[in-house]
Amino acid sequence: MAHLTPTPTLEPGQDKTMILNMGPQHPSTHGVLRLILEIDGETVVRMLPDIGFLHTGIEKTCEAKFYQQVVPLTDRIDYLCPMTNNLCYVLAVEKLLGLELPPKAQWLRVMMNELTRINSHLVWLGTHAMDIGAMTVFLYCFREREDILRLFEAVSGQRMMTSYFRVGGVALEPPLDFFDRVRKFADRFPSKVDEYEGLLTGNPIWVMRTKGVAKITAEDAIALGASGPTLRGSGVDFDLRRDMPYSGYENFKFKVPVGKDGDVFTRYMCRVAELRESIKIVRQALDGMPSGPIKANAPKVVLPDREKMKTEMEALIYHFKIITEGFAVPEGEVYQAVESPRGEMGYYIVSDGSAKPYRVHMRSACLANMQTLPKMCEGHLLADVVAAIGSIDIVLGEIDR
Amino acid sequence: MELVPAVTDLEQLKGHPAISRLVSWNPLAVEGVKFDRDEMTIYVERSAIREACALLRDDTNCPFNYLSDITCVDWYPSEPRFEVIYHLLSIPNKERVRLKVRLSGETPALESITSVWPGANYFEREVFDLFGVRFSGHPYLRRILMPEDWEGHPLRKDYPVEGYR
Repeated sequence: MAHLTPTPTLEPGQDKTMILNMGPQHPSTHGVLRLILEIDGETVVRMLPDIGFLHTGIEKTCEAKFYQQVVPLTDRIDYLCPMTNNLCYVLAVEKLLGLELPPKAQWLRVMMNELTRINSHLVWLGTHAMDIGAMTVFLYCFREREDILRLFEAVSGQRMMTSYFRVGGVALEPPLDFFDRVRKFADRFPSKVDEYEGLLTGNPIWVMRTKGVAKITAEDAIALGASGPTLRGSGVDFDLRRDMPYSGYENFKFKVPVGKDGDVFTRYMCRVAELRESIKIVRQALDGMPSGPIKANAPKVVLPDREKMKTEMEALIYHFKIITEGFAVPEGEVYQAVESPRGEMGYYIVSDGSAKPYRVHMRSACLANMQTLPKMCEGHLLADVVAAIGSIDIVLGEIDR
Repeated sequence: MELVPAVTDLEQLKGHPAISRLVSWNPLAVEGVKFDRDEMTIYVERSAIREACALLRDDTNCPFNYLSDITCVDWYPSEPRFEVIYHLLSIPNKERVRLKVRLSGETPALESITSVWPGANYFEREVFDLFGVRFSGHPYLRRILMPEDWEGHPLRKDYPVEGYR
């Protein structure tokens, strides 16, 4: 709640503009975002985004928790891509510890991370289309999203707040039929993407509402800190998964879709192409899934197997110590960034050598992406604001933290 | 994977493009360097931060053209109390560098870099809101996450986790 009273200065004689308050409860703001708009007729003259309605102080809470207790908090930052946040956090802690992971854990993480990306893009596509007026797409997208949530539930016991990745590996071995179910989904999914595209891509109403709307140039996007599809839609060919690989992404082959117009339609096309690329990565992960352990061999950091804990004295001691005292992390600091569905998600963690992080900072992709919003909308029609908000795919939980 | 001790010797790290650029511009601007866990940190003198950012952005050899993040760490009760941290990224060279500015706890203030990257706007507002560090030259330095009439800066270490009741 940054500024309760907007203060646009109106010159005498020019007071033909008016202030319009959009949100914080507006359905197209994807959460609680308030936009203060100065409009001249139907044209937006100025825009001031007002955020902070969902601020829960997660960064402060992290400082009072053990390292392993922070993992469930990271789910709750961005409730549409929990595993991406889990991944970024655990990678950062593993970098601090100097832990090396077995290949199966890395491949499982990549597979689940890409399923998360599909899940997030499906929610984006459904709600974005609904904002602009295409109701049907929403129902189609949520049908496939349900399949993914069931897969999440099978693997972690939770549909949304999964906390599946842990420091040093993943929480559990997937159930026996899990890979078959993922494969069935991967076989089915590309035809579903064709269905969504059949509803939208050639649809003249969709094209009229999105082509040439809310444009942003590559220079502006870089200067304002945009990332992810918002940056690639403007023609900057940069994807952290390919350019600065983490968690074994260098073993996978995929294309990075890049647009050039920087408008709503291009960003839409980029994300739809990403859906297809993600399912390719899932398929590669299934085909090449290595065998072996799913947790690193670090008894002081990783919880022992349930079976061992009940039969071996040493494992029981380690279990007790990790749960009650946490594990100490060597002094230092790291910044780990991953490509979330929205862009560069980064965790900056400072350790003072104790079992609790001294400071955890989350670099939110949405926060930076939202700075492009005034640039996209000022001078354009009020109705296009809704299309612009949808096209940068914001999640207010991640912005406010 | 064993952890390698951090390298803090300026002479050893001079080969890094960002360090050599800054040292050749103004040796006094670089207060120290650290290479730890494959990440490069440069401690920059407080008054030099805006020009240092502009130099690194416009470097022809290795342009750090993208501002990833700005944040802050409170080292209460030691002095200098605050560290403002800038994470820069070079999109063409695929490289990161971290700049750090140390600030005293009395009146923490430094120059805004919104004139170099307009995208620094929200990040600096967040640091101002949660740590109380002032950025001079910022176009709209107001609270961003906390309510306008909030007292105190919640991410400071002397602010209780459960808040004041």
